[in-house]
Amino acid sequence: MNSAPPAIEIANLRVRRGKLEVLHDLSVSVPRGQVVGLLGPSGSGKSTLMRAIVGAQRIASGTVTVLGQHAGSAGLRKRIGYVTQAPSVYEDLTVTQNLKYFGSVIGAPTSDIDRVLSEVELTPQAKQLVGSLSGGQLNRVSLAVALLGRPEVLVLDEPTVGLDPVLRHDLWELFAQLAKSGVSLLVSSHVMDEARRCDRILLLHNGDLLADETPDELLKETKTQDADDAFLALIARANRRVATESSKEAAA
Amino acid sequence: MNPRLTLATTGRVLAQIRHDPRTIVLLLVVPSLLIGLMAWIFVDTKEFETIGPALLALFPFIVMFLITSITTLRERRSGTLERLMTMPLGKFDFILGYALAFGLLAIVQSLIAVGYAVWVCGLTISGNVWLLILVAVVNALLGTTLGLFASAFASTEFQVVQFMPALVFPQILLGGIFIPRSQMPDVLRSISDWLPLSHSIEALQKVTTETSSGAVLRESGIVALWALGLVVVGAITLRRRTE
Repeated sequence: MNSAPPAIEIANLRVRRGKLEVLHDLSVSVPRGQVVGLLGPSGSGKSTLMRAIVGAQRIASGTVTVLGQHAGSAGLRKRIGYVTQAPSVYEDLTVTQNLKYFGSVIGAPTSDIDRVLSEVELTPQAKQLVGSLSGGQLNRVSLAVALLGRPEVLVLDEPTVGLDPVLRHDLWELFAQLAKSGVSLLVSSHVMDEARRCDRILLLHNGDLLADETPDELLKETKTQDADDAFLALIARANRRVATESSKEAAA
Repeated sequence: MNPRLTLATTGRVLAQIRHDPRTIVLLLVVPSLLIGLMAWIFVDTKEFETIGPALLALFPFIVMFLITSITTLRERRSGTLERLMTMPLGKFDFILGYALAFGLLAIVQSLIAVGYAVWVCGLTISGNVWLLILVAVVNALLGTTLGLFASAFASTEFQVVQFMPALVFPQILLGGIFIPRSQMPDVLRSISDWLPLSHSIEALQKVTTETSSGAVLRESGIVALWALGLVVVGAITLRRRTE
C-alpha cells in the first residue's frame, strides 16, 4: 500500500490575472513517479498552473499541495526543480558558472554539475558563455539547473521547445528514467505528439481541464488514431458544450 | 538570511560583470573624466574648489544608480529572479548580495575619482584624505541602494530610466550645488534637509574645507542610514508570489 500523498494535489484552484480569470475551479492530482504531460494550446493556462505549483503565482482561491506541503512553503524549495518557459539563466555567465551559482543556492554537491551536464548533453559546452549558445542549448542549460540537487518533483514548462527530434527523444528518455527512479514530473508541451511519451495526460483548454487520463484511454475514448485528432475531438466537444450553453442563455 | 548565499550571489554578480570589460572601464573611468572636464572648464576661476567636492558625490551616485537599477531589473525580466524565489534563497541574500557586489565596485570607482580629483585636478583637501574616500564610498553605496529600490517599482527599462529625472534630478537640484542650501527658500531648504544626496554633498564639502571630522561623520552617517533603509525596503518589496 502506498500511503504517501500524491506529488501534486490541486483543489478548486482559481487564478486571476488582472480582470481575467485564467484558471476556473481546477482540481487535479499528479501521482508520484510518473511523467505527466500538461498539454493544451498556448494561452490555455499551462504556465499559470505550473507557476501556482512552484509557488510563484498569486492565487485567488483553492489549495495547491506538493508532497503533502502547502505550495510555495520554505520546506519545498529544495525538493522542486522548476524550468520556466523562457530560459531563466544568466547569459553573461558560462554554463558551469550558472550551475555553480544555482547549485550553491540549493546546496547541491559540486559533483552534481558534471552529472546534470551529461544528462542534458552539454558537457562539451561547459565553458561556453550561455549568451553564445543556440536556443535549444539555452533551454537545456535551464533544464540542467532544475536537475541540480536531485529534486523529487520536476515542473518543466515546455522543456523540449526548439530541440531537434534526436535531442527531444533523448530528453523524453531521461524523463522516463527519472520517473522510474521515483521522481514525479509535470511536463508541459503544446506539441501533441509528445503526449505519447507520457504516463498520463492533462489537457487544458481555456483554463478548464478537458482530460485527465492515460494516452491509450484518450485515443479509445475519442475513437481516434493519434494525439492530434484526439485533442481536436475533445476541444470540438468542449466548444459545442459552450455553444449550447450560451444559446440556452440567449433563449432564456 | 544566510551569509554563504549572500556571498555566492555577490560572487555571481561580479563574475557577470567580469565578462563585460567595457562596462568595467566605463564604470571606473567616466566619473574621473567628467571631473577632469569640470576642472578644465573652471581652470581660470576659483569655482572648482567649491564645486569639485560636490562632483565627487554626483557622478558616482548617478552611475551607480543607473547600473544597479538596470541590472536588477534585467534579473526580474529574464525570469532568473522568479526561479531564485522558488529556491531556498532569502530576499535579503539577494538584495545584500547585489549591494555588496556593487558596493565593491563603488569603492574602486570612488578611489579612482578621489585620486584623480586630488592629485591630477589639484583639488585641495583641508581634512583627512581617507575620510574623503570614506564619504565618497558611502555616497556611491547610496546610489547603489537607491537603484535597487527603484528597480522594485519599474517593470520596463523605459520606466527605470524615467526614475532618473524622478528620483535623482530633484536631489541634484536641491543638493546645494547651484546655490548654497542656506540661500534657498525655506520650504525648499527643509525639503533638501530630508534628501540623502544633500548630506553626501555637505559631507564632501566639509571634508575639503574643514579640518575637524565630527560634522563630516555625522553627515555621512545619515547617508549610510539612508542606504541601509533602502536595502531593507528593497528586500521587503521583493515578492515570491506575483500576479
